[in-house]
Amino acid sequence: MFARILALTIKELLALFKDKRSRFIVVIPPLIQLLIFGYAASFDLNHIPYAVYDRDGGYAARDLLARFEGAPSFDLARRIQRQDEIAEVIDTRDCLLVIQVPPRFTADLVSGQTAPVQILIDGRNSNSAQIAQNYVARIVTGFNQDWVFARGLQGMPVSLVTRAWYNPNLESRWFFVSGLVGLLTLVVTMMVTALSVAREREQGTFDQLLVTPLRPVEILIGKSMPGILIGVFEASLVVILAVFWFKVPLMGELAVLYTGILLFVFAAVGVGLMISSLAATLQQALLGAFLFLVPAVILSGFATPIDNMPPAVQMLTLVDPLRYYLVILRSVFLEGAGFGLLAQQMWPLAIIAAVTLAAAGWLFRHRMS
Amino acid sequence: MPTLVSSRLIGLLRKESLQILRDPSSIAIAFVLPVLLLLLFGYGVSLDSKHVKVGIVVEQPGSEARSFVAAFQQSVYFEPHLYPTLQAGRAALRASEVKGILVLPADFAQRLKGDRDAPIQVIVNGVDANSARLLEGYVQGVWTTWLQRELQARQIQVAQPVEPQTRIWFNPELESRNYLVPGLLVVNMTLVGALLTALVFAREWERGTLEALMVTPVTIGEILIGKLLPYFVLGMGGMVLSVLMALFLFGVPMRGSLWVLGICSTLFLLTALGMGLLISIVTRNQFVAGMVAILATFLPAFLLSGFLFDIGSMPVVVQVVTHVVAARYFVTILQSLFLAGDVWSLILPNAAALVLMAGFFLGLSRRLLRKRLE
Amino acid sequence: MTDSPLLIDRLTKSFQGGGRRVTALDGVSVSLAAGVVTGLIGPDGAGKTTLMRVVAGLLIADAGRVEVLGVDVAAEPLAVQSRIGYMPQRFGLYEDLSVRENLDLYADLQGVPAAARAERYQRLMEMTGLGDFMARLAGQLSGGMKQKLGLACTLVKPPRLLLLDEPTVGVDPVSRRELWSIVYRLVEEEGMSVLLSTAYLDEAERCAEVILMHQGRVIDQGPPRRFSEPLRGRAFQVSVPAEERRSRQAQLSRTPGVLDAVLQGDSIRVVLDREPPAETRRLAESSAWRSVEPRFEDGFVTLLNAGQERVEPPHVTLGSRFTGAAIEVEDLTRSFGDFVAVKRSSFTVQSGEVFGLLGANGAGKTTTFRMLCGLLPVSSGQVRVAGVDLRHAAAKARGRIGYMSQKFSLYANLSVRQNLDFFARAYGLRGRAAGARIRWALEAFELETFETTESGTLPLGYKQRLAMAAALMHEPDILFLDEPTSGVDPLARREFWGRINALAESGVTVLVTTHFMEEAEYCDRLAIMSAGEILALGTPMEIKARAATAEQPHPEMEDAFIALIQQRGSD
Repeated sequence: MFARILALTIKELLALFKDKRSRFIVVIPPLIQLLIFGYAASFDLNHIPYAVYDRDGGYAARDLLARFEGAPSFDLARRIQRQDEIAEVIDTRDCLLVIQVPPRFTADLVSGQTAPVQILIDGRNSNSAQIAQNYVARIVTGFNQDWVFARGLQGMPVSLVTRAWYNPNLESRWFFVSGLVGLLTLVVTMMVTALSVAREREQGTFDQLLVTPLRPVEILIGKSMPGILIGVFEASLVVILAVFWFKVPLMGELAVLYTGILLFVFAAVGVGLMISSLAATLQQALLGAFLFLVPAVILSGFATPIDNMPPAVQMLTLVDPLRYYLVILRSVFLEGAGFGLLAQQMWPLAIIAAVTLAAAGWLFRHRMS
Repeated sequence: MPTLVSSRLIGLLRKESLQILRDPSSIAIAFVLPVLLLLLFGYGVSLDSKHVKVGIVVEQPGSEARSFVAAFQQSVYFEPHLYPTLQAGRAALRASEVKGILVLPADFAQRLKGDRDAPIQVIVNGVDANSARLLEGYVQGVWTTWLQRELQARQIQVAQPVEPQTRIWFNPELESRNYLVPGLLVVNMTLVGALLTALVFAREWERGTLEALMVTPVTIGEILIGKLLPYFVLGMGGMVLSVLMALFLFGVPMRGSLWVLGICSTLFLLTALGMGLLISIVTRNQFVAGMVAILATFLPAFLLSGFLFDIGSMPVVVQVVTHVVAARYFVTILQSLFLAGDVWSLILPNAAALVLMAGFFLGLSRRLLRKRLE
Repeated sequence: MTDSPLLIDRLTKSFQGGGRRVTALDGVSVSLAAGVVTGLIGPDGAGKTTLMRVVAGLLIADAGRVEVLGVDVAAEPLAVQSRIGYMPQRFGLYEDLSVRENLDLYADLQGVPAAARAERYQRLMEMTGLGDFMARLAGQLSGGMKQKLGLACTLVKPPRLLLLDEPTVGVDPVSRRELWSIVYRLVEEEGMSVLLSTAYLDEAERCAEVILMHQGRVIDQGPPRRFSEPLRGRAFQVSVPAEERRSRQAQLSRTPGVLDAVLQGDSIRVVLDREPPAETRRLAESSAWRSVEPRFEDGFVTLLNAGQERVEPPHVTLGSRFTGAAIEVEDLTRSFGDFVAVKRSSFTVQSGEVFGLLGANGAGKTTTFRMLCGLLPVSSGQVRVAGVDLRHAAAKARGRIGYMSQKFSLYANLSVRQNLDFFARAYGLRGRAAGARIRWALEAFELETFETTESGTLPLGYKQRLAMAAALMHEPDILFLDEPTSGVDPLARREFWGRINALAESGVTVLVTTHFMEEAEYCDRLAIMSAGEILALGTPMEIKARAATAEQPHPEMEDAFIALIQQRGSD
């Protein structure tokens, strides 16, 4: 039995890697996605274009504005001279925000009064707007503290001291790159397995396979082996790149990481084989994989937190294997979590894997007829 | 013979329309997938955190601490959990039961009066950096409001030199749905225009139907228009459906003019159709066409269009790449059309870029498609 | 109608492929006769399809000139395309459109005025018999009906020149005959000229003229008689005892001076060399040898074999371990929903027998075949293969059967060696046993030179050999062959059957489906199926005898087949 499964596995791998198209699928998309995601996917704003409308011109205004010019996240795009220019620079998206310093700003400050500063933010991208707003608030708070301290005034108590565990500089690239390990494992494993049976059906080789003494379960194992091997390989590749290229810290143990990877790859192979046994043609398999992948990624917490979703949708994410896998990855990478903390992510993965593989086996046998 | 030309074209158009109507996968890509995406994004996905679980460690209960905790309990952004000791709080954070903890030290009341030591300490889980930063902002907001009220109540005068008065234009409540949904329309149109067209045209090569078609006196132009027009209608149908959902289901405002929306959608759809045609002409194989369409059109529409991630913050190389992504121009137009209005200085250059790209892709398809089998 | 509808002058066309340049057409010059059917005949890779495509304006020639109906194709392809009809090998019907919608499309594309359509459709439908199926989706038609619809689409505007590229591959004899009657009627009534390529040599025989191509060159052109006439007096029919026919056939084909020897029911058809050795000549004078009319096929085979050394395929023999009934089928029924594809079929195949399963497209033979191989569960009835009940020990039964399908379904991107490796292991062979078996396969099927070649790029004949080698890896007791020679040229078919005969001699049971009636003659026994039922069961002679009538006392197998099916239809 093992000899037959081994033969089938070797054949599957050969067929996969000798085929230009399959090689392409296994190699090119992950590389492109890794580079694009790694560099493009980030919610950090590091070049916020802004405009300044200084109607005061006093030294306090210059001091405050100098802090913006010195901030690495802010790029001064324009100095405005007229009120109606504000709408222009925001409408055209030349600037994300405009800082308007009112007349008498310095005079008010010097006389001990509160001086307002108007911050006008383009809200079309609400996330960027919110982040920019926080950045502005931090700079203004810093200015206030120094102002109060220099003059020996009774100021607001020093506000918050924030520390971020696991990611002290709050780099969102760490978050996305570690999530990327999950995304790419899923995409490649699904593609390899979802298309494998459908491709044989289309090429007519499936019948030839079925008339050999191979039992359905052996065919199923043989068909899932390449997915498992390639999935683990792909995950390892991306992990290596994440650590050595993108410099994401790997705090946890490899044993924990690989337990998670294996469990997840089994679940992904199960889903892929289910799609494959259901699809009659390659196009259906492709479409089926696509229809699974898109919601699976969106609902996994890859880019947007699951906690922000409404309760009904959160229930839906419980059957998404990627959800658990992302938690495992990020915890192992950044938090250094061990088996104890991750057990509650691992058992649902194991259940999903068991159910999908069993369902694939059942479908496989019934679709044969 | 103008009458004959129209007869051939009508024949092709009728054939294509019938095929669309009978092929469930066309309908799936054109309508089911966009609706699914819209529902998922509109209802499921949000960057706006509400009811975030935070832990508050109160080492020594007192009236100040009580009123501080109450401020958090009243906020819609938080769902506070109380912990008596720092250890308990840290354990909860480590086990991911809470996203962050606020520590009120035993001398909280003392520190409030001084101005050197921070009265509270915030520890956030930084794994999801974006959420952590937003959380920090929310905490800051609640803290500042509470502090001002507290100081006022005790009649303590403090100097507050600069007060930022923030006004968010176009989307004052900062609803992330208002910018995600217009962006999704772009993704949806890419699906119909590029992915579906690429698959369907590649299928004709694969099934050999094109060989029989080629030996009829049909011209290349007719084949192209016969393919483009039905999928154009399908794509526009999907667009109208998506816009209706955006406006009436998700309540996204529409501040620009509908006719501008129509013209810009037409331009973008033509670009997407051109890309789909080009991909299928070059690959002539459904499987490869599907993969290339996903890689070259669908993913960039998601990632490099500015729909989710800020283009200005990407490395320069990636920013340059975004200029060849048609979706980038359409995302810019749509977000402004929905939320800001007809900003001509923004719409015109982006629309011009779309015209160029549509011309390029359609022109290249026209050049590459020959009535030959080589 | 004196002008030739098609003039080809020194046409050359080559393709770049796999790092080398393949010359598909090498200085072809042809002038087609007007108002008749001309056959384009040649082995696989002769350049027939390339020629058709150049004429249709789908390929550009490297050199030479093609003039269709007085128009230069290279200069004005659209003008040519509006006046010819071309039916490619795989006519791309839109399977999700109905019959009428497909016709409408081509009528639109060819600019048939709406007023003329009703009459034209009616005529085409009357000829093709598709009138009752106008609303049915093309994808739901049987193979034969699809071909007829493809032809109807090509003919929707009466073309002056009709190009047909192997229009009858995989089509059953009844549909084939109907297809031809349509073409001949149109030639007669509308004065159309037809150029057709085919692998069926009986079709070539009926053409007014034949162009014989080989390796991109035209070898000869003329009426079919011109090819068979030189063989007059050299073709014989040899009666042999039924049980000796295979060994005699093998023996005869090795006899010096014999150019060709094939089975024909219980006799052997032999073609002799121009000057056979004395002993062979003496043999021909015996009473068992009866001189017969030479056929086009004889001419084709001798012409293409001439000049080349006759390669005698090494005989494939396997030690079969099984005796008794190899396949027992009793009351076999299979239904798909309401549709009963196979109705209570019963037959038995003895070990060492070559058993043929014949039937029109959609008669249920593929369904029967798939149930016997265990690819499809039976609805009711008994099937015992190699003495094993398929319901209980399918895997065990599968270890004793070999299977080869019409699509040569091997892994196209694996090399010959890798395919053999895989199938050896899939059948449980390993180590030295597997190595020995693979060596045997490479030698016996002359695949050594292709060991590392990707299977997908093999010439068709070699693909077929590889498929057969893979099916024989484990020395099966029973071999299932599903239209194994569909689309294969006559020379490769002969070679293939040489091997099958040798296998049968060694005791292997063979179950085969085919649309070639001459291959039916090679079988020991036949079952003819129609509408899910077995109409006739017996030796080729018995079947033919059942169709004998007063006016046709010695019907050919095709006549017998059609008579049986039509008789059934009229009941």
